[in-house]
Amino acid sequence: MSENPHPLAELVKARLREFLREPGYVFWVFGFPLLLAIGLGIAFRDKAPELPRVAVVAEADPTRTSALFSVPTRLRSERLPRLEAERALGRTKVDLVVDAREHDVLLRFDPAQERSRLAREVVADVLQRGAGRTDPLGVSEQHVSEVGSRYVDFLLPGLIGLNLMGSSMWGIGFNLVLARKRRLLRRYAVTPMQRAHFLLAYFFSRSIFLALELALLVGFGKLIFGTHIRGNPLDIVVLAVAGAASFAAISLVVGARLDNTEVANGWMNFVMLPMWILSGSFFSYERFPDWLRVPIRLLPLTAVNDALRAVYNDGASLAGVGTELAVLLGWGIVGFAVALKAFRWQ
Amino acid sequence: MPPAIRCRSLVKRYGDKVAVNGVDLEVEPGECFGLLGPNGAGKTTTVEMIEGLYQPNSGSIELFGLAWNQGKDREIRERFGVQLQETQLADKLTVAEVLRLFRSFYRRGRAVDELITLLALEEERNRYFSRLSGGQKQRVAVGCALVGDPELLFLDEPTTGLDPRARKSLWSIVEKYREQGRSVLLTTHYMEEAAALCDRIAVLDQGKIIALGTPRSLVDSLGMVQFVEFEVARPLDEGALSALPSVAVLTSRGQHYRLRVDRSLQALTSVLAELGRQGVQPIGLSTHQATLDDVFLHLTGRALERAAQEGA
Repeated sequence: MSENPHPLAELVKARLREFLREPGYVFWVFGFPLLLAIGLGIAFRDKAPELPRVAVVAEADPTRTSALFSVPTRLRSERLPRLEAERALGRTKVDLVVDAREHDVLLRFDPAQERSRLAREVVADVLQRGAGRTDPLGVSEQHVSEVGSRYVDFLLPGLIGLNLMGSSMWGIGFNLVLARKRRLLRRYAVTPMQRAHFLLAYFFSRSIFLALELALLVGFGKLIFGTHIRGNPLDIVVLAVAGAASFAAISLVVGARLDNTEVANGWMNFVMLPMWILSGSFFSYERFPDWLRVPIRLLPLTAVNDALRAVYNDGASLAGVGTELAVLLGWGIVGFAVALKAFRWQ
Repeated sequence: MPPAIRCRSLVKRYGDKVAVNGVDLEVEPGECFGLLGPNGAGKTTTVEMIEGLYQPNSGSIELFGLAWNQGKDREIRERFGVQLQETQLADKLTVAEVLRLFRSFYRRGRAVDELITLLALEEERNRYFSRLSGGQKQRVAVGCALVGDPELLFLDEPTTGLDPRARKSLWSIVEKYREQGRSVLLTTHYMEEAAALCDRIAVLDQGKIIALGTPRSLVDSLGMVQFVEFEVARPLDEGALSALPSVAVLTSRGQHYRLRVDRSLQALTSVLAELGRQGVQPIGLSTHQATLDDVFLHLTGRALERAAQEGA
């Protein structure tokens, strides 16, 4: 009598269309994390370490301090009149003042300042060598600044984790609340639509967006910052799916009953804000006190971030992130169980 | 053939409040049945229990001879279509997409194109749902109810808030559906709508059916009456007027009078004669047959429009 579209395909298409036709959604899911990555990536881009700044008292004998001006890769030295040099030190414009006296060289600095202590070591070393010291042991240096240990390498997996959380929570939990508020859920409930199709449609549409989000962030990191996945890229996909499923379960709990979008908004923030702060997306949670670390590591976003970083930067295998996977699985199972019990179509 | 709907002694309580208090209903195949009453009378609750959205506290419901929760739910849902009150379908889907989505839920049904023609929405076919007018949205909602080619159609206040033209256009869609011999359960607080569409009507007030019958028989239950209405420029002697043997009820609002009188020529002449005796010139004199509004007023002592506002 008429063509027979498949309900699951139609539901998935409806979800994709509703998403793509809402510019706000597209921006928050795809645009915002990229802007964050660009902004933070540039702000914390690794700069050449700043050299110790040294003021050499101009009134003193210049021959004994001339060595300080022959090592531009180790020191930034300038000659200043004594008074001016003292003032510069007081204002931490320089880290150390060198004053060649009759029998020795006086180094004036504040030992509480790390940079001043560093300057002292370098200056002493340069002066001694300049005066003819020879070292009994040869020392060679090799300088390392490797991909995988920069801030952006730390940041990118964190942004992927944040994105997984945000788009699952808003895309599923909030969307459900909205549909219930608009009485769309009960409209579906009086059709022969299979309940499983409805939930599967969320699963599939999330998976499609997940693939896009992942490709976008990983590709962006590689292109702009040269980040590189040390582990198996497929493991990243597995972790992303596990993370998304875990957040989906939590968002289903939030969206199981509420029919008020303002209240839902509050709950979403209540769930997500602590993880934004605690889960180490932007900086390491090692800075929090010891007693907080265990609860922090039990948060799903922490588990996602840690596991992604381990695979991304340390080349860990899935077995190596078993604890994190277990945490995600736990949240997923508990969340789905609670949501199934609590879910209301009305 | 079992009745499309059969309910016995439906009761639904919300805390202390009894929303539906022992409703019996039977809708025959091919019948359009109207549930009439003000807001808060229990119409929507009754209908939503029948649709399987809520469980009644007690009483039985059968659709096509099948009860809910007996493993036949999906089969029952295949056979009816629903337009719910206040449903906002997806904003950013087009008319055709919404209909196609709902079509996919049913094993068999009507082609989307054919439905769009029936709904007279050809021009809006690719327009987002959010950009439609109220009447167009409501037609899409009815379209979603018709898309499974149902034997039974639930319409819950389908024309509330619509202008008269949009209302007429919706009625014509329902009438076309009825030509195929299908059943309808309609709730409304518009008497005019019930009279235009329904074969039988149950008047619901405070969770109970207070009258049941065809629109004609309900009107006739008032007796052989008609109404005379007019306005006057100056006050008149109401006592003398209502003392006339043919005048049953006199109501007035300001200078506006409304008399329920016998359906006879003598009744009219005696009213006019009394006005003449008082030297009063009636302005805009009209007579009309009793309507369902008069029935509701008679049954409850309240005007339906006012009762509707009280409930809202």
